[in-house]
Amino acid sequence: MTAIKFPSDEWIKQLSQHLNNSPSYEQSARNWEGDFIFIIEPDEAYPETAYLYLGLYHGKSPDAMQIGSVDEKEAGYVISAPFSSWRKVIEGKLDPIQGMMTRRLKLQGDMKMIMRYPKAAKEIIACTKLIPTDFGD
Amino acid sequence: MWYFVSPQIVFGEGALDALDEIHGQRALLVTDPTLIQVGLVDKVTTHLHKAGLTYRVFDAVEPDPSIETVLSGARLALVYAPDWIIAVGGGSVMDAAKAIWVLYERPDLEPADINPMVELNLRRKARLITIPTTSGTGAEVTWAIVLTDTAEHRKLSLGNRENIADLAIVDPAMVMGMPPRLTADTGLDALTHAVEGYTCTWHTDLTDGLCLEAAKKIFTYLPCAVADGSDMEARERLHNAATAAGLGFGNSLASMAHATGHALGAVFHIPHGRAVGLLLPYTIEYIAAEAPERFADMARYLGLGCDDEREAAFSLAAGIRRLCESVGNPTSIAGLGIARETFIAHIDDLMERAFNDASMMTAARSPDYDDLQRLFEYAYDGKRIDF
Repeated sequence: MTAIKFPSDEWIKQLSQHLNNSPSYEQSARNWEGDFIFIIEPDEAYPETAYLYLGLYHGKSPDAMQIGSVDEKEAGYVISAPFSSWRKVIEGKLDPIQGMMTRRLKLQGDMKMIMRYPKAAKEIIACTKLIPTDFGD
Repeated sequence: MWYFVSPQIVFGEGALDALDEIHGQRALLVTDPTLIQVGLVDKVTTHLHKAGLTYRVFDAVEPDPSIETVLSGARLALVYAPDWIIAVGGGSVMDAAKAIWVLYERPDLEPADINPMVELNLRRKARLITIPTTSGTGAEVTWAIVLTDTAEHRKLSLGNRENIADLAIVDPAMVMGMPPRLTADTGLDALTHAVEGYTCTWHTDLTDGLCLEAAKKIFTYLPCAVADGSDMEARERLHNAATAAGLGFGNSLASMAHATGHALGAVFHIPHGRAVGLLLPYTIEYIAAEAPERFADMARYLGLGCDDEREAAFSLAAGIRRLCESVGNPTSIAGLGIARETFIAHIDDLMERAFNDASMMTAARSPDYDDLQRLFEYAYDGKRIDF
């Protein structure tokens, strides 16, 4: 399978699709309401800023897309981090909750709600690992 | 990148004397009525007199302290304006004192706002001293705060690295009078901290040694302290071990025994240490079926292990069950006196709470709903996990 570039519209749509096919995610996030925007900030490994929107509602992901700015969609949660930190999250080298606790991933939104859905957070990360990802190496 | 945070710790016989040397004007003592009644608060105030501090006592902390309680304590602090907050008690008291301190320093915050992502800028008005009166919680050296939202009937896991105590005073004189049942329950809580701090996916090089050695001391000294509460050596070593385990898991995290134990405790009103200690062997067996290495390491350190990784991990679970039995604690949910039909009627609630407990995220094997239900059912019957 061809690797999908991260960040990209195709990559976030793949994640959305994997979530929709995951019974574990559906079960663990069945009461979740809140969309995410992931901001990928430039660093030495990636020169641009990118914005990925992931809609999440009651155990499903109704829509997902790359957007042009953080204002283009409304989302309850915005997480921003440099490209290299996102890469570590996707590769399983940085636990996203630990990342937020050490402020390597910066969260705007209600952290205590996220902490009420640890299994769902874990399932999202598990789904990112299902995507063959091209980090532009 | 990670952090290791710790208060300054004064420990051992006579540690309370450290209070003689603190500088300040006023202290707010946070405690509960029982500890006043048994004279433990007097042991502290004697030293405050020597230090020349005046004090007021807030003794309204209940088990599983509520948001309302800490708001009430914070209001008192804002009026009294102490430069020290001193927690004298177990985990509930120390958690309440941490929250009272934060809300005194930051009256603009709601309790639910106390999380690791914000900058609190504490220590502008006061500093915090923790003095544990049980050997188990580790709250004297952790920054976690657990409060109960009585309106929503749920616990809030709060805390920020800044709200770690400035000074923890770990004096065995404060636990000499603990009754055997409380000694056993809190000691098993400490053991669970040690085991989970070592085996959770957030374990660190800086916490491993603390957890291993704490577990070894608890295996050695808990039965002695339960059998003979006047055994000063056992009391002191157990007290130190509980603090070491607190540092260990407080700087890594708890895991599945805590997630399931919190649920069991909340649904059936089981003391925290009894609940997590009971479930620990089951969660070890479940996780070790896929990830036995860390459990096997610990088993070998404790002299329980063998060469085979899985068997060594299972021998750790068996050793913990034997320890529970030796201190008179049940090893099954049925052994807690919960009728089967009552258990079955509440299993969905148990599952929901356990599944969404923050400690679940550090389990090296993450259960799905079916596995978690089976684990609870096996634990009810006292059956070794085989799936």
